[in-house]
Amino acid sequence: MNDISPASRPLLEVRNLSKNFGPVEALKDLTMAVRAGEVVALAGDNGAGKTTLIKAISGVYQPSSGEILLKGKPVHFGSPQEARDQGIETIYQDLALADNLSIGANIFLGREPMRRAFGILPVLDRARMAEAAKKTMALLDFHVSRLDAPVSNFSGGQRQAVAIGRAVFWNAQILIMDEPTAALGVPEQRKVIALIHQLKAQGRGVIFISHNLQDIFAVADRIVVLRRGVQAGERRIVDTSHDEVVKLMVGG
Amino acid sequence: MQRIADLRAWLFLAFLILGFEIWSRLSFGGTFLFNPFNIQSIAIFAVAPLLLATGQTFVIISGGIDLSMGFIMGLASVVAAHVINWATPGMGFGLAVLFGGLVATLIATLPGAVNGFLVAFLKVPPFIGTLGMFGVARGVAFLLAGGTTVPVKNEVFAAVGNGKLFGVPYIIMVTAVFVVVMHYLLGQTKFGQHNYAIGANIQAARRAGINIKWHLLRLYILSGMCAGLAGVLYSARFSAGAAQAGEPLLLDSVAAVVIGGASLFGGSGTIFGTVAGAFVIAVIQYGLVFINVEPFWQFISVGVVIIISVLIDQAQRRFAGGRQSE
Repeated sequence: MNDISPASRPLLEVRNLSKNFGPVEALKDLTMAVRAGEVVALAGDNGAGKTTLIKAISGVYQPSSGEILLKGKPVHFGSPQEARDQGIETIYQDLALADNLSIGANIFLGREPMRRAFGILPVLDRARMAEAAKKTMALLDFHVSRLDAPVSNFSGGQRQAVAIGRAVFWNAQILIMDEPTAALGVPEQRKVIALIHQLKAQGRGVIFISHNLQDIFAVADRIVVLRRGVQAGERRIVDTSHDEVVKLMVGG
Repeated sequence: MQRIADLRAWLFLAFLILGFEIWSRLSFGGTFLFNPFNIQSIAIFAVAPLLLATGQTFVIISGGIDLSMGFIMGLASVVAAHVINWATPGMGFGLAVLFGGLVATLIATLPGAVNGFLVAFLKVPPFIGTLGMFGVARGVAFLLAGGTTVPVKNEVFAAVGNGKLFGVPYIIMVTAVFVVVMHYLLGQTKFGQHNYAIGANIQAARRAGINIKWHLLRLYILSGMCAGLAGVLYSARFSAGAAQAGEPLLLDSVAAVVIGGASLFGGSGTIFGTVAGAFVIAVIQYGLVFINVEPFWQFISVGVVIIISVLIDQAQRRFAGGRQSE
């Protein structure tokens, strides 16, 4: 837990970021940082600005003012695709998987590898997709036996692992996870928490949005609390408690 | 699960043929299946619905439907007839056929492109957009035909439509090659893979960086092209262009896709299954005539088969759904 040492340059820095929707200030002057191998939890009530913040980081929204720095360099994302190309991947609540396709096909969706059958005919390289799926999922400590099965055959936690696996395969350095445990049963939640620990051990940065303080305290290194678009506080998990976080969230 | 759905259609086809075989042996001591004439007739019967159904398979997997295919086929049929008649004096028989066939197939991609534009760019639901095009293509086809059929005076065209090589009609060969190409396109290319993804979860496909609009545009152009080829082969077979050529075939094409194991909600289906579906319909239609049942029973039987297919499919999905949440 040496994550706030000034020596380690943050992977991602957000400086004085604001976002207005007309007269509504959804986010005001927000500053935060994520270091390699660090899990930062974003907490706050509904409408506190968590979603606006991650959408600004992942290129969905253009910030009204302020800047985003990736490994010390200012970046500007015109689209989520540009953010993804630079290694910022968002895992959405609804997982964004094509249920009828295999793990490999989901990992490669939109950038499928091809090979030449009989030396001329271009065909999908399913063997390569399956191989990559196997390796990537093993990296997340998730061993699948049926690589050709559609992902609809897997459980919620396993599907979450597939979505994370896709990000890992494409070498995402920063993973933004929006309520990754919300729709899952307790054993599955534990599995996802274990996955996040894996990502951390691999030196990736994770931004983790959750309503569940128990999950936050189980996995995060730091917590950033938002209230009505402004930062209400930032604490190291080891230095804080449930009570304090709740107080920061509701104000008072 | 998809494989089970495919096999189901083939299994059903096998039972159907077996049924007709038994019936024909019992009632007049002849064979149904082992009569080459029957096989060939069924195959010729299946050509046009199968061509429409291959395009329809792509559209239905993407979560859409193309209701305009029948009249795009009619339009292509009339255009082929006119263009070949016009070109024959100048180009000679063979070249005129090639030219007319190409022009008609290309013309058929125009309404397809409009369908694609409506669905992809103007966000018109496929059912409504292609229903509108159903009317437009129908009107244009009848206008071009002058309200009647357009006879073609070109013996090469008639030979293409009715000739054989080693006992196999040309139009069956053309259709077989086309179906194989479509199978490759759906199962082995990015286009096919993206089609499945869009049908299952359009959000996911968009987030994965797939250009949805461009895909849908090409998709409906492809289905227009399938209808165009069907129209050209129809004109070749009858040496005439007819605006109503594909009128009864649209529903058959949807039926073939559904019997073949695709879901109308999108995301599943294969060309392999659709081929079985198209043959199920062709065998029912031909078989009922063969055993001397009044032709109106065809409609009833095909209708019942469609409903049964959907029921079995739903039951299977429910079963698979139960497994998923374990």
